[in-house]
Amino acid sequence: MPTLDPVIWFFVLGLAAGVARADLRLPSAIYEFVSTLLLLAIGLKGGVELARDGGGLRPVELAGILALGFLLPLPAFAVARVAGRLTRADAASLAAHYGSVSVGTFAVVVGFLTARGVQYEARAPVWVVLLEVPAILTGIVLVHGLSGDVPWRHLFRELFLGRSIVLLLGGLAIGWLSGPDGTASIQPLFFGLFKGILALFLLEMGLIAAAQLPTLRRHGAFIIAFGLLVPPAFAVVGALLGCALELSVGGIAVLATLAASASYIAAPAAIRTAVPEANPALPLTASLAVTFPFNILVGIPLYERLAVALTG
Amino acid sequence: MEHYSRRLLTIVTEAALERELSAEFDALGVRGYTITDARGKGGRGRRRSDWAQESNVRIEIVCDGETADRIANRLRERYYDNYAMILFIQDVSVLRPDKF
Repeated sequence: MPTLDPVIWFFVLGLAAGVARADLRLPSAIYEFVSTLLLLAIGLKGGVELARDGGGLRPVELAGILALGFLLPLPAFAVARVAGRLTRADAASLAAHYGSVSVGTFAVVVGFLTARGVQYEARAPVWVVLLEVPAILTGIVLVHGLSGDVPWRHLFRELFLGRSIVLLLGGLAIGWLSGPDGTASIQPLFFGLFKGILALFLLEMGLIAAAQLPTLRRHGAFIIAFGLLVPPAFAVVGALLGCALELSVGGIAVLATLAASASYIAAPAAIRTAVPEANPALPLTASLAVTFPFNILVGIPLYERLAVALTG
Repeated sequence: MEHYSRRLLTIVTEAALERELSAEFDALGVRGYTITDARGKGGRGRRRSDWAQESNVRIEIVCDGETADRIANRLRERYYDNYAMILFIQDVSVLRPDKF
């Protein structure tokens, strides 16, 4: 029986403190700082590894991962429309959130695999970048079609110059340009403290998830079922794609986790402006209060076992 | 000292709208505004200030009556239905009328 990674306990602590309404609140500047450090650390780590082994992104991999991002929202949309009887806007918004990815969940799977000594592709942060935007575009098109009165220009700037993309790609570039030796002086902060930073991030995520619980009660059974059942199903899709692309065991687990994760930063911001008639609380609650906890507590170990089983 | 009368327009709304509204104000000929982070509770539930996706901003604009009406109309038409937004207008006195 493997013991729970201590960083996960920080999430549990935040969740419990939030539920008990304890006097605990991290200032927003701390959350911003911690998530900036995480994004840069993930990017840098990938960049340094790329400089070491140079395994670039193959065209077939690029196409496969982009296709995953564009297509994942479609089954989610159908389920939300039929089983959840949501309006078109709400279903598309939910589908966009679940097609897109959560960098927080990615950070946890990276920590999980590293702790167990499982190798994964150094270019994995690039997958995060590739998977973040397409699903959001699909979600918007599901509501408005291709033209509509969507403020595309404003939206593209928001999507492609979003914080996570800029910091991940920036970190990746710096790590790649500087290499293992060049980054030696900054490694104590970004690599040495990674798990500590992740712990603080998860503490805040626990508090945020707890704050969603009252909304969860209002939206009821469908959101809970959706948030619990869609991620494992999507993980299987992600894992099968990983197999088809001949990724390593760790890489398959990462891709499965990414497919299973739901966005709670990029998608809410973009969908709020592009599909204002959708209720923003619905996907945010499902993503933060159901799917994120499920993935980090139960999902990630399962997805790793799935990857091991598939590669046999 | 001479005082000139102007209108103070205060808008409390979702932080997600900040950029879009800034563009609206520029197009409507607003010469300046102040934005602060805010939290509170209203018709769309409790709004926190520590989580960007659910936080509020308070926007204050000092301008002439005509501009204030233009802004209020525009916001009511475009944002009231789908966003958490309140707006109120007060009379204020300023010392430098050419600034507002």
